[in-house]
Amino acid sequence: MRAFDPELWPIVWLTLRVTITSLAIAAAVGIPVGVWLGLARFPGKQTLTALVYTGMALPPVVVGLLVYLLLSRSGPLAFLEWLFTPNAMILAQTVMALPLVTGLVMGAVAAVPSELVRQIRSLGATPRQVWWAILREARLGVLFALLVAFGRIVSEVGAAYMVGGNIQGQTRVLSTAIMMETGKGDFALALALGGWLLVLALSVNLAAMRLQGKTL
Amino acid sequence: MRGSSAYRLENITVRHGERVVLQLPTFEVAAGEVLCLIGPPGAGKSTLLRLLAGLQSPTHGTMWLGDQRFGESAPLALKRLVTLVFQRPLLLTGTVRSNVEYGLRIRGEKDAASRTMAMLERVHLTHLADRAASAISGGEAQLVALARALAFAPQVLLLDEPTNNLDPARVALVEEVVLADHRERGTTVVWATHNHFQARRAGQRVTLLLDGKLVETAAAADFFDQPRDPRAAAFVQGKMVY
Repeated sequence: MRAFDPELWPIVWLTLRVTITSLAIAAAVGIPVGVWLGLARFPGKQTLTALVYTGMALPPVVVGLLVYLLLSRSGPLAFLEWLFTPNAMILAQTVMALPLVTGLVMGAVAAVPSELVRQIRSLGATPRQVWWAILREARLGVLFALLVAFGRIVSEVGAAYMVGGNIQGQTRVLSTAIMMETGKGDFALALALGGWLLVLALSVNLAAMRLQGKTL
Repeated sequence: MRGSSAYRLENITVRHGERVVLQLPTFEVAAGEVLCLIGPPGAGKSTLLRLLAGLQSPTHGTMWLGDQRFGESAPLALKRLVTLVFQRPLLLTGTVRSNVEYGLRIRGEKDAASRTMAMLERVHLTHLADRAASAISGGEAQLVALARALAFAPQVLLLDEPTNNLDPARVALVEEVVLADHRERGTTVVWATHNHFQARRAGQRVTLLLDGKLVETAAAADFFDQPRDPRAAAFVQGKMVY
């Protein structure tokens, strides 16, 4: 397998598929939860916030281990038969991305002045309209949250390897392929794969910057 | 609401922790009047306005808007009759036009575009319609905030010292726009100010608040010419009463 080998495309494609699916799920859950945490005041908010922040630092191998245990033959989710499939990798990466998205969105929303929330309410906005207005004000922070989460999971290797298994043509992604080629001593190929990973990250960031430029 | 009470407040107490910041046995605003709230900073003017706007509930007491119970949990349709312009205007990301249009848009009004331009014309800012809200001056932002509040034709306009940081020409413009709206639509206006001259120019009635309590309420001319309460007299004469 060389840098432009046709065998490479399924790996790039799977990397993108797993990462983007995980990020989409994390965004769908994490953005609303983050906005809620950023705006709401309730007893126990500090504890919940501390949990989310701790989740932001979850070690990938710990996530890999937990997801492995959940999906393994004796685990509670064994019936899904996801272990060593892309779905298992998506689950693990979602678990890693979710606290990051939630925590960073919460921070971005909390940074919007509470006085602005009052001013929006005084204009007759419904709670849902307040949410949208605040989310719009915090959109750069939200975009940043998604980029950070993308960066974390696209290059993640521990959990992907543990629950995916790096099976050729099935669960091999760029990060696990790099690890394998390095182990085999094929540094040139490992570097080329690393280059592809960087190209992916750069493309996503450039697209995000373009989007950001349009909305500024 | 004209000809009756816009607001009626009874036995209102607002506490922040142990501290009582507002205590009003009774307080009324007549429908269609311009009532000026005066008093030094910390007297409770902003707290009272937040109650009247339905942004905050009192610790104790009851409020009516017209003949309906009012407060933070009042129905949206009732709360939408009222709006508050703050001392420090915060505009939403977007253009000046989109800010003025906001209240109309969230109400699903159809003629939002033309009403927005008419409001911008009133505050002499049509030339800034497509400018980013973040790129205008503080004085312009306050005019945009006023236009944003008036665009959806509220029945009650609450003003929390909106002219504090404006130059005299803009102060005059704000007074002109507010009073014109009041004359044309019979808008009830509750206007907090610490500027006596403004209260005298704009208010039909004036209320002095000190330390969270009502000291005196009277027709504007009486309040300034023959204040009954010695603290009101001292305040009118510019003496320190706090």
